[in-house]
Amino acid sequence: MKKFVEGSHAIAEVIAKCRPGVISAYPITPQTHIVEGLAKLIADGELEAEFINVESEHSAASVVLGGSAAGVRTYTATSSQGLLLMAEVIFNIAGMRLPVVLTCANRAVSAPINIWNDHQDSMTVRDSGWIHFYAENIQEAIDLHIIAYKVAEDKRISLPVLVGIDGYVLTHAFEVVDMPEQELIDKFLPKFEPIVHLDPDNPVSMGLLGAPDVYIETRYAIEKTMQDALSVIEDVSEEYSNLVGRKTGGLVEGYRIEDAEKIIVAIGSIVGSIKDVVDELREKGEKVGVLKIVTYRPFPKEAVYEALKNAKYVAVAEKAVSLGADSPIFSEIAALMYKKGARPLINSFTIGLGGRDISPAQIKQIFADMDKDEPNTRYIGLNEKLLEA
Amino acid sequence: MYPIGLLVGRPGSSMDNKTGSWRSDKKPKFLQKDCIACNMCFEVCPEGCISGNGKNTYIADYDYCKGCGLCAYVCPKKDIEMIDEGEEL
Amino acid sequence: MAVVADPKQNLFASGHTACAGCGQAIAAKIVATVSGKKTVIANATGCLEVFTTKAPQTAWRVAWVHSLFENAAAVASGVEAAMRYLGKIDEVNVIAQGGDGGTADIGMGSLSGMLERGHDILYVCYDNEAYMNTGIQRSGLTPLDSNTTTSPVGKRSRGNPRPKKPLLEIAVAHNISYAASASVAFLPDLKKKVEKALSYKGPKFLQVHVPCPLGWRHDSSLTIEIAKLAVETGLYPLVEYEYGKLISVRKIKVKPVEEYLKLQGRFRHVLKDEEALNQVREVAKANIERYGLAL
Repeated sequence: MKKFVEGSHAIAEVIAKCRPGVISAYPITPQTHIVEGLAKLIADGELEAEFINVESEHSAASVVLGGSAAGVRTYTATSSQGLLLMAEVIFNIAGMRLPVVLTCANRAVSAPINIWNDHQDSMTVRDSGWIHFYAENIQEAIDLHIIAYKVAEDKRISLPVLVGIDGYVLTHAFEVVDMPEQELIDKFLPKFEPIVHLDPDNPVSMGLLGAPDVYIETRYAIEKTMQDALSVIEDVSEEYSNLVGRKTGGLVEGYRIEDAEKIIVAIGSIVGSIKDVVDELREKGEKVGVLKIVTYRPFPKEAVYEALKNAKYVAVAEKAVSLGADSPIFSEIAALMYKKGARPLINSFTIGLGGRDISPAQIKQIFADMDKDEPNTRYIGLNEKLLEA
Repeated sequence: MYPIGLLVGRPGSSMDNKTGSWRSDKKPKFLQKDCIACNMCFEVCPEGCISGNGKNTYIADYDYCKGCGLCAYVCPKKDIEMIDEGEEL
Repeated sequence: MAVVADPKQNLFASGHTACAGCGQAIAAKIVATVSGKKTVIANATGCLEVFTTKAPQTAWRVAWVHSLFENAAAVASGVEAAMRYLGKIDEVNVIAQGGDGGTADIGMGSLSGMLERGHDILYVCYDNEAYMNTGIQRSGLTPLDSNTTTSPVGKRSRGNPRPKKPLLEIAVAHNISYAASASVAFLPDLKKKVEKALSYKGPKFLQVHVPCPLGWRHDSSLTIEIAKLAVETGLYPLVEYEYGKLISVRKIKVKPVEEYLKLQGRFRHVLKDEEALNQVREVAKANIERYGLAL
């Protein structure tokens, strides 16, 4: 069904259609409209679920951990400082192999306090054992949440999924979307059947102490599962795409990259802006393209390599930093290309931190500058006046 | 899924762990003379390794007893004695 | 009729790795067993978690989950919400449990949230009065003048400078159905309080005094005796509250605090320091007056 809807409300609606039994959240801008939407659906009797208003994000994550361990489908959403406060539980949920789904309304982190969009928050938990998806637009955000539950609860996977959606840019924007019908989601997403759960009739203990004799194997097991998840994500995305009649989800999406000499790699909503610039430059005969990473964890090495191996120049444009080193996705791609042999010139660009507007001119600047090698990450759009002594 | 990824404990499987080997000094001797089956030794045992069914039937499972001495201490009839580990029961 | 003492009926199995004479092990065994098979326990990080569940073994015969140090109450809230969603809450007891640090310090916010939200959960705090799992560091429930590794006795210190945080009163202030203190020295009373707590709907709270031979520095055979003296000196009042009202206190024939202190290494310095001794006497006196403990 086509409808004109705010990003957050679209997510609330699609989550409700995925029928979670336990929802818990703590309010943080710009996540609030999502959980308000879910609370209202429950209040109106349109969703049968327990909504637990907690005293912190740490407890929100802990409540969904408990609910999931008890064998029920769960949901939480947060942002920025909230995700950082959850961080301890985030690692725990993955280590316990609980298929929680979390929406991160991506936002900058403090200090200085800033409620606007970038990806520094979810990058802090990229190594936690969660599967990470990033949405380009509201439609993709809807689709990725449905795919997220199916992948997370797949018995071969049993890992949590974080869906990153850009704060404000997507959470508070309106878009005409195709909202899947309840029957379609019910057909696609069967009832959650946990591998083990807290069951008085089969009283197992969960969350044991893993001494040096078992710990490293638990991490290796997640790593192996992450590798397996690559094909599961592709299969699940394909199954879903066939049901809704449009291609969505998956690992990566290349846009006009087939013969591209210059490719920008990016995640999230910025990809839409880059696509517009690509179209404009293509009309002028420039061989440019953009590679969107939809699935950031597991990192789709093969798909990224295939997309970039014939390019001359690659720019990784990130809304995240690793202060004191190059930005995270750049580092991973540089390592990947080095190891696999193709050697385009790869450079790192930081853009749009803390909600700074990203203009088509800045994207053009990246396309223009990416053939010039620089030792360090370049910051785009700096106000030099602010940096004067 | 790779099984080790999901660390789950089978109920009561700690029984595989014979903590009686920790005992170094003393062990309880159940005299079975004046026992009134008050059950206090059973209740107080931190190991949960004392059993009995009626007066003068109580006994500790030395596979698990760590020799803390609480059973002997709480016995109202002084019918449990702490003896040297090497001594015969 | 003979009482059958069958360890297999304990829902807390032998083979765990608690120290000999551990008070917490005794209390935890009673809590799980009284609660029965239809129980799910969410356990905070701490001694109890470590000594019962080293992979791949577990001492628990009830469904049990551990996540982190400060979130047992929140994890239990999630379990309880799931049980409500599944329509099983009336047939299952949900228990959250942790030590004094996990409850009164790092887990305070999570506990308060659980109590305030009205979950049908029994929270049990095993109070051994310091961070024992990490090596006897001071917690908010460490008693006045106690010698711990982070409140050591020295030229300028007589041990922990602060009295115990009023944890039970904080729980009571949430106007919950039932809150009580108990002691491993009075097992029938502990059993009765667990049963009673579980008979109420909504959140309920139990604080159980559990001596730690290693941390308190006493002989492993004295765990019960020391816990008993804590109650009989007025230093650990056993009381019950229902909806914020005090409904019972365990009356005592008051004994001097020295009898309690002298059995424990953590208080050895107090006995040689009249001012410190008077401070401890004042704590006992205030408890005795406040609750009318004296027979």
